Amino acid sequence: MEIKAKKAQAPKKVKSDRAKTNSKKAKAKISGAEAVLKCLLKEGVDLIYGYPGGAIMPIYDALYDYQKKIQHVLTRHEQGAIHAAEGYARATRKTGVCFATSGPGATNLFTGLGDALMDSTPLVCVTGQVYSHLLGSDAFQEVDVIGCTTSITKWNYQITDPNEIPEVMAKAFYIANSGRPGPVLIDITKDAQVGLLDFKYKRTTKIRSYFPLPEVDSAQITAAAKLINAAKKPLILSGHGIQIAEAHEVFRKFVEKTGIPVASTIHGLSSLNNDHPLYVGMLGMHGNYGPNIKTNQCDLLIAIGMRFDDRVTGNLQKYATQAKKIHIEIDPSEINKNVEVEAPVLADAKDAIVALHKKVKKKTYPSWLKEFRACDKKEYRKVISKDLAKLTSGPIKMAQAIKEASDQTKGKAIVVTDVGQHQMLAARYYDYSDKNLWISSGGAGTMGFGLPAAIGAKMGRPQKEVLCVCGDGGFQMTLQELGVCSQYDVAVKILLLDNNYLGMVRQWQELFFERRYSFVELENPDFVTIAKGFGVEGHTVADAKNLKASIKQMLDHDGPYLLHVTCIKEENVFPIISTGKAVDEIALE
Amino acid sequence: MENEYTITIFSENKTGVLSRVIGIITRRKINMDSISASKSAIKGIHKIIIVIKVTETQVRKICAQIDKQIDVFKAFYYDNSDLVYQEIALYKVPTEAFYQGDTVENLVRKYDAKILRIEKKYIVIEKTGHQEETEALLEELEQVGIYEFIRSGRVAIVKPMERLNTYLKKRNIA
Repeated sequence: MEIKAKKAQAPKKVKSDRAKTNSKKAKAKISGAEAVLKCLLKEGVDLIYGYPGGAIMPIYDALYDYQKKIQHVLTRHEQGAIHAAEGYARATRKTGVCFATSGPGATNLFTGLGDALMDSTPLVCVTGQVYSHLLGSDAFQEVDVIGCTTSITKWNYQITDPNEIPEVMAKAFYIANSGRPGPVLIDITKDAQVGLLDFKYKRTTKIRSYFPLPEVDSAQITAAAKLINAAKKPLILSGHGIQIAEAHEVFRKFVEKTGIPVASTIHGLSSLNNDHPLYVGMLGMHGNYGPNIKTNQCDLLIAIGMRFDDRVTGNLQKYATQAKKIHIEIDPSEINKNVEVEAPVLADAKDAIVALHKKVKKKTYPSWLKEFRACDKKEYRKVISKDLAKLTSGPIKMAQAIKEASDQTKGKAIVVTDVGQHQMLAARYYDYSDKNLWISSGGAGTMGFGLPAAIGAKMGRPQKEVLCVCGDGGFQMTLQELGVCSQYDVAVKILLLDNNYLGMVRQWQELFFERRYSFVELENPDFVTIAKGFGVEGHTVADAKNLKASIKQMLDHDGPYLLHVTCIKEENVFPIISTGKAVDEIALE
Repeated sequence: MENEYTITIFSENKTGVLSRVIGIITRRKINMDSISASKSAIKGIHKIIIVIKVTETQVRKICAQIDKQIDVFKAFYYDNSDLVYQEIALYKVPTEAFYQGDTVENLVRKYDAKILRIEKKYIVIEKTGHQEETEALLEELEQVGIYEFIRSGRVAIVKPMERLNTYLKKRNIA
């Protein structure tokens, strides 16, 4: 409009101006490498985790001039970079970005890609690739990254022409963080990075073969509401989808209107505060007793944004066969995948809940809720009271350390865990009292996830306390990232629960393999010395009587801190649903 | 119960789509009986046809997972009764075989096969039909001697009017 107006007033001048800009533009071609960074800026990216190397050097060279606009964090391993990007994405709901070079740089991302795909985490990973004329020649550091990552990415694409960069990057961000989020990998050959292009960017809002956001089908909502309104013993299963859809508020209102008890999956933790009167605990293998038992006694399951993972359902043939089921899910391939349902609702969790809210009756289920509380009492007597029994001396119970950290952070820290016994106990004994506090590797169960993901979470939400709960096994898989905590002053608080065992595997060997402890005992290093070597403060607490003060010291410390907790060597996580058992065959001891 | 299903997939014609689709099938350790790909009647949209023997539950889940690939428009599965389908087979047999009586000639007539090429040493025969038919001819030719045999993937047209068109219309694509 403005140009038009000017044109009317002084056409000649405008013409010459325009000619000038055109010639300027013609000269102002930029490199593919710089274009990548401009794309990131257009998508609002201000933080990248990465590791340079030969095939991505042009991008890193361009980054040298962009470091004021985009922070780059040099992790110590590409796996650290991608897990950090995951932690960042999970904490902020933004897309995590990481860079790696070709060959081994790229292969080091694979674990994180698989992890992000399983846990619906939006990532855009950019890898360098050898010159396009060398593709397929077994060139130095050449790996068929697209071929290798096809099954562990939501989408991947190789760019060999710089002109493709803006459009492909725009697509990458759109795909990563729409519908069910997931990781996208863009592999860019070196010649595409050094080649020149006219940069024009348009954000992608539509891809003709991709329909990420199904419209809520009112017939499905009506069918679901009918089941809800008729139910006598309904149970809500809240999943990761509630966090991803940022549906906490509407979910809480829906729950309070319907009066239906809420059990959460592991990634559904903190979708409703633990102290909410309708929250009845966690589902699954090491979940709470009540929700597992009652799954097989309810008359209606309302699953929201979860995928009936085998760790949740136990034996599928005996899973809630008595109940009708509603499944609210954004990914059509998840509906009727593991569990056949009467009333599927294909939609974003938030949209579905809002639509459903209008059609459900206000109700309460006092006696049904009492049944859960009776189960809670039983679990408290048989499990929780023992786990939390206040030891006053000697090695520390893992649950006790987590509960103490929970109390001192008032249940409001972001809890990032590694994988194993400590993870299950962090899920069980931290009192989640705010939304979106749980970041863990659930689907993939990736040991080594904890520390780098905690770094990403802390950098994404620096105002929040970030508690990284690790075991001694997983911690040693990525502890080199302590260097990142130190170099960038990332104030994560690491609660290292050390029992000198790969505890979960040991527990299984004890329970299911006749105590044949096959390669699960570790001769551990001096973790505090290692941390200090990296410039991270820390100390060891070996006596239960010092636990409280130690956790306070950790939390009070200004900067990253490692609290090394000497734990009881052999502890088992209960309850447990053993492999092949039904949810109501959950064992308390 | 396992059954033969034909999956038809409409996708963008892009590098990597086929390997994504195949990966979804092979990760379940299902061997594909046949695969073919070509352009479809809709401009710019590619069609992949895969035949597998699985249960209906399996094929439904596989289709759903193929469907959600970014570059895939839609995947459908069909029972053989929903399809008109063909495969093409080529047989290379020794020319000598034709000298010995009228066996081969009779076979060509019986199976409604075609002679594509005659060389001094060999003759190439073409037969289109369902797998059972091309297989039966193969068995008979094996009796007289055969040098080479190859069969194409299945090509198929569905009997119900193509569901894709309705689907694309709904999505405002075509």
